[in-house]
Amino acid sequence: MRKNLWIGLVMLFLIFGFLFTVSCAQQEVKDTAEKTATEPEKAPEEKATEATKEVEQPTADMSEEERAILAARNIFLSEDIYFEFDKFTLDSMSQDVLTRKADWMRANADVVVSVEGHCDERGTNEYNLALGEKRAESAKTFLVDLGIDAYRISTVSYGEERPVDTGHNEEAWAKNRRAHCLIP
Amino acid sequence: MRKYLIKTICMAIFLALFIMPGLCHADYDYIDINNPFLRKIPIAIPVFSSLPDSKTEKPALKKASDLLSETLAFTGYFRMLDRGAFLIDPDNSPLITAKINFNNWVSIGAELLITGGLSEKENTIEMELRLFDTFKGKRLIGKKYEGPAGDLQQMIRRFCSEVIYHLTGNRGIFNSKIAFISTGSGNKEIYICDFDGSNIKQFTQNNRINLFPAWSSDAKWIAYTSYLNGKPDIYIINLKDKHRTIISNKGINITPAWAPARFELAATLSFSGDQEIYLLTGTGKIIKRLTRKWGSDLSPTWSPDGKKIAFVSNRAGSPQIYIKDIDSEQVERLTFNGQYNTQPNWSPRGDKIAYSALQEGINNIFVVDIKNRQPIQLTFDSGNNEAPSWSSDGSLIAFSSTREGPSRIYIMTASGTDQRRLLFLHGEQTNPKWSPNVNNE
Repeated sequence: MRKNLWIGLVMLFLIFGFLFTVSCAQQEVKDTAEKTATEPEKAPEEKATEATKEVEQPTADMSEEERAILAARNIFLSEDIYFEFDKFTLDSMSQDVLTRKADWMRANADVVVSVEGHCDERGTNEYNLALGEKRAESAKTFLVDLGIDAYRISTVSYGEERPVDTGHNEEAWAKNRRAHCLIP
Repeated sequence: MRKYLIKTICMAIFLALFIMPGLCHADYDYIDINNPFLRKIPIAIPVFSSLPDSKTEKPALKKASDLLSETLAFTGYFRMLDRGAFLIDPDNSPLITAKINFNNWVSIGAELLITGGLSEKENTIEMELRLFDTFKGKRLIGKKYEGPAGDLQQMIRRFCSEVIYHLTGNRGIFNSKIAFISTGSGNKEIYICDFDGSNIKQFTQNNRINLFPAWSSDAKWIAYTSYLNGKPDIYIINLKDKHRTIISNKGINITPAWAPARFELAATLSFSGDQEIYLLTGTGKIIKRLTRKWGSDLSPTWSPDGKKIAFVSNRAGSPQIYIKDIDSEQVERLTFNGQYNTQPNWSPRGDKIAYSALQEGINNIFVVDIKNRQPIQLTFDSGNNEAPSWSSDGSLIAFSSTREGPSRIYIMTASGTDQRRLLFLHGEQTNPKWSPNVNNE
C-alpha cells in the first residue's frame, strides 16, 4: 500500500511539474517607428452656378401691367407651403397656395421651377433630409395633378440644413417646416 | 493496490484542472472585459528618465511621459495616479525590474507601473518603455523604439497599443481616426482628426453642404453626401490618390454605410420614387435593392459580420429602427419605446446598437443590447445628444452634444461614463464617424 502511495505522489509531482513549465514570458523586441507622410487633403473645388432669381422690387418707370406681372411673380416666389411636425401632407391653406402657383405656372408656360423641401432643426439630419424630399414631392405632385407638366418642376431637399429662422422655439420651427418655390 | 494508484492520479488531474485556468488567463486578469469601466486600474507613470549616455532635457522627458499618460487615460480603463504622491526620486527613477523597489508603488496603490527612458540626439530619439505589475514585481512588456523625433506620438501610441493588447486581448483605438462635420468655414465641411482629437485636417473644401461621412472597412475610402452639384449626391473618395466616384441619381443619395470586409456600401437612394436602401459596389454600381416597404428607409449600419443591417424606417408610422438579414431578407423591429428613434450605429463587437431617441423635443443617446433588447439611456439633461458612433474596438462612443450651447463632439465610454469634449473648433461640430483601425503595415 505504501508503495502505491509513493507512486501516486510522484505522479502528482510530475503532473504539477508539467503545468508549471507553461510560462507566459514576454520577450523584449526592438521596434523602429516608421515615418508617415502627412498631406493636406482637399476635395476638388468646383463652383456650381446658382442664379436663383429673387423677389424683385418694381422700378419707378414700370407700367401698371408690368407691375402686375412682377407682383404675381413675387407672390409665386414668396408664398411658402407649411407642414406639421414629421408630416408631408398638405392642409387646405397649402392647397390654396399651390392652386395659385399652378395658375401662375399656367400663365407663364415657359418657366421651369424648383421646389425645395425643408424641415425644422428637431430630429436628426438624416431623417430630415428624407422628410424634406417628401415635402417637396408632395407639393410637386399637387401641381402635376392640377395639370402642370412634371418636367417643369424639379425638387430638392435641404432637410434641416437651410432654415429661414434659426430660433429654437415653436415659432421658428413652424417657419422652417416648409416647401419653397424658386425659379432656377 | 492498483485501485489506490488510479484514485491518486485522478485526484491529481482533478486538482490540475482547477489550477490550469488560473495560469492561462493571467494576461487578462486586469480588465474585466464584460464590465471594463466598473473599476479603473490605478496606474503610475513617473516622468521619464534620460537614457544613459544621453542628456535629454527635463521638458522633453515630461512631454513624452505626459503624452503617454494622456493617451492611456483616453481609453477610460485607468486611473492615472498623481505624480505628487510618488515616493521615488523623480530625477533618479529606475527603469528596469532589477532596480525597481515595487513597494514604493504598491504602497501608494498603483497596480501597474510604466517606466520610460528617453534619449534625444540631434533629430532622432530612442525610447525604452516598460510595463510592470507592481504586486507581482514583474515586467509585463518591454519595448524599444528608435526614429525621427517627429515620430514620438506614433511610438507612444504603438506602446499603448501593446499595453491594451496585453490587458484586453485587442489592440485598442490608437490607430483610428474620427471624421466629423464643422461649420467654421461658413459651410458644413468634413474634417478628420486622430482618435484623441489631435491632428485635425480639413477633408472637404467645396463651400457647399457636406454631410454623413462614412469610412470603408479598410479606412482607405470615405463616402459622403455633398451638395456640390446643387442636390444631395454621394461622393466616394480614395484618401490616398483622391480618386472620385459620384453617385448622383435623381432625388436624394444619402446615408452611405460601407459593408465590413468588402468594397461595397449601402445607401439610401430615392430615384425610384421611394426612399429605399440599396447595396452598391465601391464604384457606385447598384448590386441590389435591400428594402422594399413603401415609406422612408435610411441610415443603414452593418453588423460586424456583414450579414445584417440595422436601419431607420417609418413603415409603422414614425421613424423606428429595424434589423434586416441580408440573405434571408427577414426584417424585425428593434425599437418600441418612443416615437422617434434614428441614427443607429452597430457596435464593432456586434452585441449592441447605439442610436438617438427624440423625446419631448430633445435627442438623447441610447444603447440597446441585441439579445435582450433593453434600451439603456446614456445621456441626460445635457442638451441635444445625437449621432452616436462606436470606436473601432467598441469601447467608446463619439457623439455630438449641445450641452455647452454650440454643438461639439463628445466622447464617452460604452457604459456612458467619462463624458468629455473631444475638440474645439470655431463654428459647430456634428456627426462624428469613428474609423476602423488604420493599418500602417
